Amino acid sequence: MLDGTTAEIVERKALRINAAKTCQPIGAMYAALGIHGCMPHSHGSQGCCSYHRSHLTRHFKEPVMATTSSFTEGASVFGGLANLTQALRNIFSIYNPEIVAVHTTCLSEVIGDDIPTMIRKAKEEGSIPEGKMVIHANTPSFVGSHVYGFSNMVMGMVNYLSEKTGNTLNQINVIPGFVEPADMREIKRLAKEMGVKIVMFPDTSNVLDGPLTGQYKMYPEGGATMAQIKSAGDSIATIALGHFASHVPAATLEQKCNVPASFLELPIGVQATDRFVSALRGYAGVDIPASVELERGRLIDLMSDLHQYFHGKRVAISGDPDHVIALTRFLLELEMKPVYCITGSPGNQFEKRMHELLDPVVPNAKIKQCGDNFELHQWMKNEPVDLLISNTYGKYIARVENVPFVRFGFPILDRAAHRFYPTLGYMGAVNLINQMLNAFLDKKDRECAEEWFELVQ
Amino acid sequence: MRKVAIYGKGGIGKSTTTQNTVAGLVEMGKKVMVVGCDPKADSTRLLLGGLAQRSVLDTLREEGEDVELADIRSKGFCSSLCVESGGPEPGVGCAGRGIITSINMLEQLGAYDEDEKLDYVFYDVLGDVVCGGFAMPIREGKAEEIYIVCSGEMMAMYAANNICKGIQKYAETGVVRLGGLICNSRKVDNERQMIEKFAEKLGTQMIHFVPRENDVQRAEIQRKTVIEWNPKCAQADEYRTLARAIDQNKLFVKPKPLSIQELENLLMEYGLLGA
Repeated sequence: MLDGTTAEIVERKALRINAAKTCQPIGAMYAALGIHGCMPHSHGSQGCCSYHRSHLTRHFKEPVMATTSSFTEGASVFGGLANLTQALRNIFSIYNPEIVAVHTTCLSEVIGDDIPTMIRKAKEEGSIPEGKMVIHANTPSFVGSHVYGFSNMVMGMVNYLSEKTGNTLNQINVIPGFVEPADMREIKRLAKEMGVKIVMFPDTSNVLDGPLTGQYKMYPEGGATMAQIKSAGDSIATIALGHFASHVPAATLEQKCNVPASFLELPIGVQATDRFVSALRGYAGVDIPASVELERGRLIDLMSDLHQYFHGKRVAISGDPDHVIALTRFLLELEMKPVYCITGSPGNQFEKRMHELLDPVVPNAKIKQCGDNFELHQWMKNEPVDLLISNTYGKYIARVENVPFVRFGFPILDRAAHRFYPTLGYMGAVNLINQMLNAFLDKKDRECAEEWFELVQ
Repeated sequence: MRKVAIYGKGGIGKSTTTQNTVAGLVEMGKKVMVVGCDPKADSTRLLLGGLAQRSVLDTLREEGEDVELADIRSKGFCSSLCVESGGPEPGVGCAGRGIITSINMLEQLGAYDEDEKLDYVFYDVLGDVVCGGFAMPIREGKAEEIYIVCSGEMMAMYAANNICKGIQKYAETGVVRLGGLICNSRKVDNERQMIEKFAEKLGTQMIHFVPRENDVQRAEIQRKTVIEWNPKCAQADEYRTLARAIDQNKLFVKPKPLSIQELENLLMEYGLLGA
């Protein structure tokens, strides 16, 4: 399908081909699902909501619920107040959530709908039942990307819910970033293993990876409760994972409730996980248990056992900025060569950090924010790579270039079990190593001469 | 059918001038429809004898898409046809989108159809062309000739020049042309000469100089155009002259907006003349 991509690169300013990002509300909707008993609400036309729901559903293979203000021509002209008020009345009476998380769309942003005032009015006239909450985030898709939408919604949680009572609680906040339910589950497992009490929000584990029980539950067991997010204002500290997804909410919490924030990269690979583990240890004043050290040891063993397969391999990565940064760091631990790294999201921090990581070891690496998969493909045409790591959209490039391909990040639309395998933590790194190695060896087994076709590798 | 849009700085007298001129045209026996493109919906007050009109958008909101032409179009002075686009209350929603919606709706309802036998449609547009919505009347050949109401006051000329930039943009790709400047006098020094010169520099004409006259205000208080209120007064003849000038106008141009410096120079030259 991408046979027509040429090696010759033409300078482009406005045009993006095969974009490596999507709409802000997708991130906001995903974040909202990480609150227990929450109905995400899209303030705009129906099409936005349908697309965002179906995109999430295709990735998680679970039904994603969300409601919409169903803008018509009239709402676009007169503003969405009447639609939002009516929607809130309907949502609380029909679907009865604990909380509604409203995010805007391009349309409601352009006409300048004032959501906080609308929520206040709805409350005053009794459209929001006693004890229920409505929060909001501004998520115009012509700014930022889905990662920003996630960040904005988490900031909305802090703004509306977190409170400082003055009674400090022996718990640590973790803002996990735009990661899989399995990753959130892994973070909780690690913390539990260490005996550290954490409040993680959002938390989509047990929401988007729940069991089949034979009974449909609109609001599954999982998700951070409103009480937990409220209590985040009394925590000892906040660990924010990933600059793009988590910095702003953690900084907001620091400002609002004076909870000190520690800004880390996503714990992918050895050093990043070490930093996360030692941050937990430092704040909670616990020792690292033998079980966690064992996990780490097993990972190190695997890395050294398989070093010959990874060393010097040229890799192209496309993905969300926090993911690409953290993954690059892990690939460098494996002594691989990330030569082409792009993200579709804007933000200078990406290129700055990537140059810090790569300039000393892969000085000719191509790094680009606001990039697209077309250009990544062109780079690969000019000088091939041994491995492509990206979301599902990379499969077209991998096919035409016959490059081993590992699916990583969001969205993965054509495989299913990814939501059970973390890429965060020591075990996440094991999973990544497994996938990369299989991709290499599958290609070799498929193509090598018979005398190289080995029973034992 | 000639399709005319009236633009100009806010408060310059666009609605007053439009309605008084339309009164002149209908008196001549022309069939004219006025489309008010202002959320305040006050562009047809003088022709209708009050703010009696239901706006297109209010009707759309209340009745849904099931709107009939009769719901939104009223007959005013001398069988002139009056429509108000309307729009949201100040500070909410999107008035620009409202204009797009209501003009599309009028087209769908057949307000411009051949069998309506209109000689003229006048769009009376609010203030500056602040966004794409307010440019709707000059896009896609909706209005073909534009008249800009201005005076010798600096800000009115700035606004007129700015509107010319909008017209120039759409004239490149479409049929819209500038028909002239209407000077609605504010009794500024050398006003007539200055606007004539300004028009010449823009590549157009001052189609009429409407003198300042209290009769306009008196007629407005009576909710009438000057021609209806007192057909014999001198000001009524001024509007008749303007109506005739527009009816006979043949000069339609792509305007050449002035640079800010040129505009300042013009003001210096005429504004200080004899001071």
